[in-house]
Amino acid sequence: MKPLVGYRKPAPGTQPNHLYPPYVSSIKRAPKRPLISIPVTLSEITGPTFPKEVASPDAFDLTRQHKGEPLGERIAVSGRVLDEDARPIRNTLVEIWQANAAGRYLHKNDQHNAPLDPNFTGEGRTFTDDDGRYRFITIRPGAYPWKNHYNAWRPQHIHFSLFGPAFATRLVTQMYFPGDPLLEFDPIFHSVPDDDARRRLISSFDWLSTEPDLSLGFRFDIVLRGRNATPMER
Amino acid sequence: MPSHSTPSQTVGPFFSIGLNQLNRADLAEGNAGERVVIQGRVLDGEGHPVPDAVLEIWQADADGRYHHPEHTAPRNDATPFVGFGRIPTDDQGQFSFTTIKPGPVHGPDGKPQAPHIQISVFMRGLLRQLITRMYFPDEPLNSSDPVLRVVPESRRETLIARPTEPEPNSLEWNVLLQGENETVFFDC
Repeated sequence: MKPLVGYRKPAPGTQPNHLYPPYVSSIKRAPKRPLISIPVTLSEITGPTFPKEVASPDAFDLTRQHKGEPLGERIAVSGRVLDEDARPIRNTLVEIWQANAAGRYLHKNDQHNAPLDPNFTGEGRTFTDDDGRYRFITIRPGAYPWKNHYNAWRPQHIHFSLFGPAFATRLVTQMYFPGDPLLEFDPIFHSVPDDDARRRLISSFDWLSTEPDLSLGFRFDIVLRGRNATPMER
Repeated sequence: MPSHSTPSQTVGPFFSIGLNQLNRADLAEGNAGERVVIQGRVLDGEGHPVPDAVLEIWQADADGRYHHPEHTAPRNDATPFVGFGRIPTDDQGQFSFTTIKPGPVHGPDGKPQAPHIQISVFMRGLLRQLITRMYFPDEPLNSSDPVLRVVPESRRETLIARPTEPEPNSLEWNVLLQGENETVFFDC
């Protein structure tokens, strides 16, 4: 039988710890005991795959899900999904969700006193192509207040959910915007210890995907865990 | 040059907007095998229910085959068992799903692993998902399972579901984030 090849552990500091006390919700929800390392089995190196139907061809465009267009600054968010060896992750599902331009989520628990937009739900889905590329059309989400500490505001962000090829490559993250003054004060952003790793959560303004008279472009590349080296065939 | 994986960030409180479309609490529908109903709660460090968590399930079919190219076991079924579920907790922190009891999948040494379900847990307050497994009670393979064996004996029980009598094929399994009986979570 072929030996099983697992996925690489993250480099120190490049992923948040579960407990980060400045993010108050982590205190009662992060496990207190150390995680237990386990041997590689098929259960971690396999993972779900999805039929194309779970993302309809127009599910990438969050500005066309209702009768009218949502209010706000229209943007294109695009990039590539790669593994740690820069190989494209093909045909993988990408799910996103976000607040509207006023910083309000279409969710019963969001009590922020800002208007809902009848033309904006804030959810999208797509698959990467053969080069690992994805693209969404949306509006720039607003910042919004939360209860973590006095006068706490989340920087503008879009939530991303990705599967990759295996259970072990599952990633949920958030994309931020360049130059956002709130990043400096955000404990969720700062939960990532390593400066370079943290900066990779910030998208870049992108002329190439900016369309004249239509929309600004932002680029956000996502890297999923890479595979350990394959042992030499005997 | 290799780069590092993108950091994880919490799903936050409003993930249902983007994730609910793939909710799936019946993995068994249309598939052969022994149906089981698994129910439980997610509890925080104060024992309070977590009403805004979501569990993701990944498992093999009744014959121990994963629906994935990496698993080369032969198959000829017209509608393969997909093996993925996504189940949010309700206002009381409860979840419930129906599935097929997975068959044993071979382990790293070629010997069978005990039947188990892979589970990722996401919620506000978790900066990364938690990864755990649910095993089945009274399963002879549990004693030789390569993953259960690396878990200290005193904590193994947190991974093994309990039958909820008198219901047949009904199991209870809870996720305790902290405390004396904190669920075992894995680094994998």
